[in-house]
Amino acid sequence: MAFTFAAFCYMLALLLTAALIFFAIWHLVLPEYLIHAFFCVMFLCAAEWLTLGLNMPLLAYHIWRYMSRPVMSGPGLYDPTTIMNADILAYCQKEGWCKLAFYLLAFFYYLYGMIYVLVSS
Amino acid sequence: MSAPAGSPRPAASARIPPRLGGAGASGAAAPAGPGPAPPQQNGPAQNQMQFPSGYGLHPQNYIAPSGHYAQGPGKMTSLPLDSQHGDYYSGLYTVPTQNVVTPNTAGQQPGAQQMYGRVLPAPHMAGSALGSFPGATSSASHVHTSASVNHHNSPAVGAANSSVASQGFPSTCGHYAMSTVSNAAYPRVSYSSPPAGDPYGQQMFTSQNAPPVRPIRDNSFSGQNTAISHPSPLPPPPPQQYHQEQSLSGYSTLSWSASGLPSTQDNLLRNHTGSLATANNNPTSPVADSLSSSVMQNVQPPVSSPVVSTVLSGASSARTPAAACHPAEPAASVTQPSELFQQKGVDSSSTTSSASPGPNSYDALEGGSYPDMLSSSASSPAPDPAPESDPTSAPAPAAAQPSKVAKPFGYGYPALQPGYQNAAAPPGAGPPSASPVYSGFQQYAQYPGLNQLSSGLGGLSLQSAPQPESLRPVNLTQDRNVLPVTPVWAPVPNLNLDLRKLNCSPDSFRCTLTSIPQTQALLNKAKLPLGLLLHPFRDLTQLPVITSNTIVRCRSCRTYINPFVSFIDQRRWKCNLCYRVNDVPEEFMYNPLTRSYGEPHKRPEVQNSTVEFIASSDYMLRPPQPAVYLFVLDVSHNAVEAGYLTILCQSLLENLDKLPGDSRTRIGFLTFDSTIHFYDLQEGLSQPQMLIVSEIDDVFLPTPDSLLVNLHESKELIKDLLNALPTMFTNTRETHSALGPALQAAFKLMSPTGGRVSVFQTQLPSLGAGLLQSREDPNQRSSTKVVQHLGPATDFYKKLALDCSGQQTAVDLFLLSSQYSDLASLACMSKYSAGCIYYYPSFHCTHNPSQAEKLQKDLRRYLTRKIGFEAVMRIRCTKGLSMHTFHGNFFVRSTDLLSLANINPDAGFAVQLSIEESLTDTSLVCFQTALLYTSSKGERRIRVHTLCLPVVSSLADVYAGVDVQAAICLLANMAVDRSVSSSLSDARDALVNAVVDSLSAYGSTISNLQHSALIAPSSLKLFPLYVLALLKQKAFRTGTSTRLDDRVYAMCQIKCQPLVHLMKMIHPNLYRIDRLTDEGAIHVNDRVVPQPPLQKLSAEKLTREGAFLMDCGSVFYIWIGKSCDNNFIEDVLGCPNFASIPQKMTHLPELDTLSSERARSFITWLRDNRPLSPVLHVVKDESPAKTEFFQHLIEDRTEAAFSYYEFLLHIQQHICK
Repeated sequence: MAFTFAAFCYMLALLLTAALIFFAIWHLVLPEYLIHAFFCVMFLCAAEWLTLGLNMPLLAYHIWRYMSRPVMSGPGLYDPTTIMNADILAYCQKEGWCKLAFYLLAFFYYLYGMIYVLVSS
Repeated sequence: MSAPAGSPRPAASARIPPRLGGAGASGAAAPAGPGPAPPQQNGPAQNQMQFPSGYGLHPQNYIAPSGHYAQGPGKMTSLPLDSQHGDYYSGLYTVPTQNVVTPNTAGQQPGAQQMYGRVLPAPHMAGSALGSFPGATSSASHVHTSASVNHHNSPAVGAANSSVASQGFPSTCGHYAMSTVSNAAYPRVSYSSPPAGDPYGQQMFTSQNAPPVRPIRDNSFSGQNTAISHPSPLPPPPPQQYHQEQSLSGYSTLSWSASGLPSTQDNLLRNHTGSLATANNNPTSPVADSLSSSVMQNVQPPVSSPVVSTVLSGASSARTPAAACHPAEPAASVTQPSELFQQKGVDSSSTTSSASPGPNSYDALEGGSYPDMLSSSASSPAPDPAPESDPTSAPAPAAAQPSKVAKPFGYGYPALQPGYQNAAAPPGAGPPSASPVYSGFQQYAQYPGLNQLSSGLGGLSLQSAPQPESLRPVNLTQDRNVLPVTPVWAPVPNLNLDLRKLNCSPDSFRCTLTSIPQTQALLNKAKLPLGLLLHPFRDLTQLPVITSNTIVRCRSCRTYINPFVSFIDQRRWKCNLCYRVNDVPEEFMYNPLTRSYGEPHKRPEVQNSTVEFIASSDYMLRPPQPAVYLFVLDVSHNAVEAGYLTILCQSLLENLDKLPGDSRTRIGFLTFDSTIHFYDLQEGLSQPQMLIVSEIDDVFLPTPDSLLVNLHESKELIKDLLNALPTMFTNTRETHSALGPALQAAFKLMSPTGGRVSVFQTQLPSLGAGLLQSREDPNQRSSTKVVQHLGPATDFYKKLALDCSGQQTAVDLFLLSSQYSDLASLACMSKYSAGCIYYYPSFHCTHNPSQAEKLQKDLRRYLTRKIGFEAVMRIRCTKGLSMHTFHGNFFVRSTDLLSLANINPDAGFAVQLSIEESLTDTSLVCFQTALLYTSSKGERRIRVHTLCLPVVSSLADVYAGVDVQAAICLLANMAVDRSVSSSLSDARDALVNAVVDSLSAYGSTISNLQHSALIAPSSLKLFPLYVLALLKQKAFRTGTSTRLDDRVYAMCQIKCQPLVHLMKMIHPNLYRIDRLTDEGAIHVNDRVVPQPPLQKLSAEKLTREGAFLMDCGSVFYIWIGKSCDNNFIEDVLGCPNFASIPQKMTHLPELDTLSSERARSFITWLRDNRPLSPVLHVVKDESPAKTEFFQHLIEDRTEAAFSYYEFLLHIQQHICK
């Protein structure tokens, strides 16, 4: 049993996912995207392919989402002039709930993953 | 209230200090200080709009030397200028007071002077001094101050006080404070500000001087002194005036005075009595007459209870001034009603509540009806109504008139009056004069009558008729003439007759489904769009204006009480939107109409679905802003070349006096090319000064105080500037345009007050922030595939618009360009700040005279139409329904609150609805829009429309109630959104699918007829035609060469035009006009307007022997067939034969022939009330311009699009799939 880099990644991801859960609720878009991208890179470095694979769709979605944001000069995702439209609002809320569920599951997965790595190594 | 009046000076002073402290914050205060040097005042006055400073300053004003005072009378003329404070009233009032005061009070004046003297310091002093004077007198209204509200209403109170307690002086102070509206800089302003107060104040003087005179006149009368002239004023007259005043002024005074009082009405009654008394008195004291007219009115105190005085509304005060104007010839005033009235009208405009600056129908009506009314109603600057009215009024001797008129009035409900009056003259039905009798009652009766009429008309349409008709299946492929020969009317909801009568006019409020499906599932089955189309600020011919202490609203959902609530018993009502049971307030129990107690269901709020409330201070976050206009003009080489400046300056010069606003109105100019030029128009300068800022990366305001100036004080400078502007840049070689920085500067300039920015731009912005690149590829103009760049290229303009919106500033864009200017990006500045967009492609003042003429006409409308500032609109609907998406120009602040920096009568909105909860437990649903705005007179008003619709449970009923025009307009709005967010082809597909889905849904569920035919219910028979028209509309067409800006402009129009105008854009009306007859003609204002049948838009209807008129909303085409009858060409066009008709003809000559008269009256009738004045093109059959005409024949096939029949087959194919 050794504290490997992979175990470190899982631990870090565990902590950060807890933060993401809140970000998903509050719609803090940019921090959420950055943090998620950050530990994806960490998993890449740790060669945790399965975990990385599980995160890839979300990463891709984030990239697509940010690419297709409304025309804006500043950072950000939500356009103040359209966000109040019921359909866009509903979409964003639904998106938030889905991510919340994903992060919750991921949280336990990382916990499991960390222990598994620790035990197996 | 009364007590405060008495309050001695010390008290007043005490109050002031605190305010000063507050005011102190504003830098301006300092200069205003004790030594009110004229120059000083100037500076601050113009600049400072904010009232805090105003407060502070007021006290200082007092200090000013009294010298001016004496001048007062002479300077009368100057008075208007003073208006800076923004007090509407001040100017007017002051005048009268002067007259009055001088003569009477001579002895007293000195004292007064001392008091007031300080006020004068300002350069304006002469005028202002006087003005202030009266104000001061009126000062009695300490109370106001205490009230603290910046309200107009307050004046009334003040008046009351003053009247009661003769001690005007002390109280004055209070007024100042009150004047909140006014700037610190304008001390006088504050004085004058209390409109009601002024008159009173005067009285104070008078009363002191001539106690004997007696309070006699009611406030209301003042203007009316006519009563005086008549030795025995009949009892009825007083009430009239009363009413008028009240209603007109809008201020019911109640609020203030009321506090102690049981009910306003009571007050009113008392006033009546008081007035009567006064009337009698008048004869006795001749002196009084002259004076009385101006002065006396207020005096009541001794005789009547103080309460009475309070009743007086601003309106009364307004009149007074008029009377005062002719102090010298009291008799004259009486005898010559017309003149006076006119004057009054003008003057009173400031005071009167009627917010409509533009040519308001009201005004016209009122004017026609009754001179007094005129004056009170005068609010409308438009001179026209007044003159008209004069003739009517003039003939009758003044004396006679009052009595006559008075009677009817007495019956009327004061508050309501405008509405009723209006009612008297049906819209467009006849000249105002036509209905000479204005009895409140009659009018009242007429009101419903009108509704009936409209519903009756509606009955003619498909839908109103019993279901069988609207549901009658129509085989579209076989019925070649689906288009009715008469205009399509809005379907009438299937409600019982009582509710139908009460329901909101379809012109203001329409729903795509006049029968609301019970559940979302049912709606989904019907496959029809559900939404509302609104035209909330439409110019109305009849609008009940209600002033009361408490605006009755539901306690949980804040719905305004409306005709569709239910009264559980006398003291409780049940909200029709959230079903909460609310208490009926005590005041509401009294019905002013019948003067009876305990009939809440007869109150005007409950009898009219469109009403306007005068809002109290609870409805304002800050004192009502003045009207502020800023013009941002492109003066680069391109712009100068196009020559629009000449037209703009000319229009502005012509309409400078008609700009909606009051004495506080401010105006400013800013021009730009690669630098930004500001114009210092501060009063006192000998000529306008141009200040150039070349630092466009970080724009600053060179002299923030003197760039926006009071329109009245600096009028000469403004005129100088407007005369000079067109030639100022003739030799410029600057081709760049720094629009972005100029807008930033405009934003900085406007942000302290809010208002309207009008931007004139002629090319692509090429410098500084917000610069744009050309994105259009001319080769793609007729592409059938992808149309790109429908969205903005940068969010600079959007962000700017949002900033502006936050500061209550709207940006209106006039784009006059000959080349691509990226309207898609530029339009954002107006879209999100609730502005409007005008586009004049290939504008050139000499090469393209029709565009130039159009600009001129549009500007006339634009500058003079009504305007509301710092508005918000909330739409509420019955529980279970929810708002979904909004369309129009605004910023959505929360899910149901639209923030509108400005609102104009030409703005339309659309809302998509969804059904969130089943509506099974209700049979009716209601929608209510409440538009809260500040009128150009600085009044806070709420216009409320309520629409009631039945709920149905069967699909057949849903189809029976489709309003196909509304549905099309909503679809068009949705399609615009879709094409911007997705793509144009998506939007087109969605439109086609809308038809396919709804018709197939109908086919599969309702009709069990053969499937080979394309069947539609009668209510939907025009649906495919309209959708085809939409697909061929500039906004959505493909395959035909369309410039990107044209397309984007069409999209902007779809989003913000009200339904009636939008329908003409989508589906033009075609008439044959070479054989106009009087058959079925209607009469409008003494003119006979022929009503030719509608032709379908197909070349098959065009015959070579005929002449046709096509009404496309913003353009009229007259197509002349090759073998058109020479008589017609000669009689109407003024040319001997077809060959001699010029290629470009944009006017019909005024020929004295019957056919010419008919044609012209028909065209004028069509033109009336368009937001965009249509340009007329006469198109010869062989001229190249005919392609434009033929593009609008949407039932025909073009190389790129289906004919109507092909389109039907196309739909049928889809359905069968």
